[in-house]
Amino acid sequence: MVATPQRRFLFRRPSVIPGFGLTFGYALTCLSLIVLLPLAALVAKASGLGLDGIWEVARDPRVASALRISFGVSLAAALTASVFGFVVAWVLTRYRFPGRKVVDAAVDLPFALPTAVAGIALASLYAPNGLIGAQLAKVGIQAAYTPLGIFIAMVFIGLPFAVRTVQPLIAEIDKEVEEASATLGATRGMTLVRVVLPPLVPAVLTGFALAFARGVGEYGSIIFIAGNLPYVSEIAPLLIVIKLSEFDYAGAAAIATIMLGISFLTLLAINLIQAWSRRRFGYV
Amino acid sequence: MSEGLALSRAAAARPRSVTSEGRAVRWLLTGIAILFLALFLVLPLLTVFAQALSRGWAAYFEAFHEPDAQAAIRLTLTVAAISVPFNLVFGVAAAWAIAKFEFPGKSVLITLIDLPFSVSPVVSGMIYVLVFGSQGLFGAFFIEHGIQIIFAVPGIVLATIFVTFPFIARELIPLMQEQGTAEEEAALTLGASGWHAFRTVTLPNIRWGLLYSVLLCNARAMGEFGAVSVVSGHIRGLTNTLPLHVEILYNEYNFVGAFAVASLLAGLALVTLVIKSVLEWRYAGDLAAGARH
Amino acid sequence: MPALETRTARRIRSLLLAACLAPALVAPVSVAPALAQTALLNVSYDPTRELYREINAAFAEEWKAKTGETVTVRASHGGSGAQARTVIDGVDADVVTLGIPSDIDAIAKLTKKIPADWRDKQPNQGLPYTSTVVFLVRKGNPRDVKDWADLGKPDVKVITPNPKTSAGGRWNFLAAWGYAYNRDKDVEKANAFVGQIYKNVPILDTGARGSTVTFAQRGLGDVLPTWENEAFLVLQEFGADKFDIVVPPTSIYAEPPVALVDGNVDRKGTRKAAEAYLAFLYSDKAQAIFAKHRYRPLRREAADKADLALLPDVKLFRIEDLQGSWDDIQKKNFDNGGLFDQLSRAGR
Repeated sequence: MVATPQRRFLFRRPSVIPGFGLTFGYALTCLSLIVLLPLAALVAKASGLGLDGIWEVARDPRVASALRISFGVSLAAALTASVFGFVVAWVLTRYRFPGRKVVDAAVDLPFALPTAVAGIALASLYAPNGLIGAQLAKVGIQAAYTPLGIFIAMVFIGLPFAVRTVQPLIAEIDKEVEEASATLGATRGMTLVRVVLPPLVPAVLTGFALAFARGVGEYGSIIFIAGNLPYVSEIAPLLIVIKLSEFDYAGAAAIATIMLGISFLTLLAINLIQAWSRRRFGYV
Repeated sequence: MSEGLALSRAAAARPRSVTSEGRAVRWLLTGIAILFLALFLVLPLLTVFAQALSRGWAAYFEAFHEPDAQAAIRLTLTVAAISVPFNLVFGVAAAWAIAKFEFPGKSVLITLIDLPFSVSPVVSGMIYVLVFGSQGLFGAFFIEHGIQIIFAVPGIVLATIFVTFPFIARELIPLMQEQGTAEEEAALTLGASGWHAFRTVTLPNIRWGLLYSVLLCNARAMGEFGAVSVVSGHIRGLTNTLPLHVEILYNEYNFVGAFAVASLLAGLALVTLVIKSVLEWRYAGDLAAGARH
Repeated sequence: MPALETRTARRIRSLLLAACLAPALVAPVSVAPALAQTALLNVSYDPTRELYREINAAFAEEWKAKTGETVTVRASHGGSGAQARTVIDGVDADVVTLGIPSDIDAIAKLTKKIPADWRDKQPNQGLPYTSTVVFLVRKGNPRDVKDWADLGKPDVKVITPNPKTSAGGRWNFLAAWGYAYNRDKDVEKANAFVGQIYKNVPILDTGARGSTVTFAQRGLGDVLPTWENEAFLVLQEFGADKFDIVVPPTSIYAEPPVALVDGNVDRKGTRKAAEAYLAFLYSDKAQAIFAKHRYRPLRREAADKADLALLPDVKLFRIEDLQGSWDDIQKKNFDNGGLFDQLSRAGR
């Protein structure tokens, strides 16, 4: 199962460091068995329908609307997470205030907190009889069991991605550049917009894309708070689960393949952004 | 004229720096950030504990006395004990191959390793049903040999490995790339074996990044819901992990129990964050490269 | 140097190999204990959790007394369709006790593990108990819900589970349809009436339990059409001072059937115990437990009079009498492009 270490891989640049065949072979084997093979099975199942069949599934109004909700709400949530995430990252790296370390640690909470736990907690907070939901109900807003609930859950899980991708770059900004800009007569606002922000754009975009990809696929935290109403608050992953319980494996596989394709494109976009930023700014 | 005024005012107010915003803006931004985090992150966490303890400590601990809850805890620990070491070995191997060598197609490989990050958990579970389910690709083969994968521990382990697959590799790759190969080459030139060089040179360099990523991987492994929910079969006392047990209790109107078990997982998340913060604080330099994934 | 490299490489390789194989080795070991003891698995639908906890304990006790053997009956609960799906995909169920006949039909059709004529293998078409759909409303019935017609009123919010995934959701759907059809004797009018009701549904949970939590715990909606037993359970769990049960003049004869999974029990060698378990469901003891949990037992004489008195007299209709075979019922209403899909498309 592992290539013999003596045999040199022809395409690798020579090096004195040993273990390439071993580690590369092992990593590739694991990758193939755990990730690629099952994903291939999924695509194979979906391709049983043919491209026309997949297109047919995607055009089914209920599927189309679930995909629209998943991608639309996730887009809005990722935008929100990026904006507030940027503010949080800026505050955490640039300002000093008591409890900063605690706040910094709290950002990773959605990484570590199981999604089901987040789901029931958010649902009980934002339900009309919950702590926040009751306040919102007074002004006529219903959060839980509407697309707004999906939005809240997606912001929750997307936030750490938005913060953690820009934070190290903000920390690395050379203050001398800002000083130079100020010395040359720029106002603080001008310095921010013209000097500080542009190099951060790729990182913000990466964080946005990660939050977006995560939000599109999210299931656990959303089903508790979404309401799950077809055409209104039914997300694509839930529709996959529903298709499975209807014994419609091909349909489920088709939706999954569509989602997979889009998330692969998102990942590709992230890599392109990073490649572009490496050329433009010299770092990721 | 106005320039001169501004200068003199800046000189008068000493703390005003050209590389920061005005005090009001700083206060405002800090306020927004903290309020936002409190509303979106801290409040849900507090809710978990508040609901769990809403009927006192006795009711809280009762949730863990139930044999089903204990079986769920055992299963969750078993699953993490298998999937985290697996991903650890994979992550180190992948990082070694990718960071220490140059070969074409590297970025494709990294993208493929990243793929599970962006696959919906539901899809992660479903693909194993398609492979190992009795209607699936190899289903007939495994049934013939009496091996149960889906709706048993192996399926849950597989789905968990899939979901946490990139965690360790993605943390180590940039870290090891940053450190380059010079130190290992020196060790090898001095006659060390490859394994020796890895143990004495590479490992100490990456240990904090490694620990950090193992922690996150573990938290995710124990908390995965969507993928495990698809492959679990929800058999009480047999294939229920802690997050699934939370859902079951919740659906049995046992809200205190559900939040009590949830608080156990939330506690795990908190411990993870605390250790992680300590690591970051003490070994900030070692972790800097990895933090940017 | 190359020799050295090879040796260490080999050492690492065996180490890595061990790590790679570890999951494969450990996993079967950790499953083994479960297979070693006589254990039955009952895959059931959502609201029967409390019921089967008591039934399973009672059966284990009786089995012990009769044969001296220890048997554990494990239960798994969830939306009926989702549960059927897990059996189709390979859950080792010995018996299935699902919410609606069409879910067992699906297992029979897709796996052949259950014979197509499973209805004839058990007494009373595999129905040790039946149930019906009643309404749960908030205390004092502020919206004045009395009959199915009231569910279609524009100002009434109805909470019901998704009929695609939940058996309870399907019974609610069929009950509403049957009511309208019996009233007007007109298929189009019945379809339109059901559409009217589903316009009033703000939340579709995946299982009956999800809907109950939404209605009772989260405080959403005005009326929860639900299993009779589930309505009583809500009064017991959330307090009778918060909700009222409204029994409509007519409702549906809800049939949650049981069946033996022949394909699995033969492979596992559990046929004897599994058959005894199903037979036990028709025994006096089990029948009394059904009534105690507010299901309608097949043999009323076995049940406690006080329990039976709580189950009101309702005129019940059978959906098969109105729509034909279960194959047709499933296809017409709930399959892809069926009535439910058409209605939710039109109603958005």
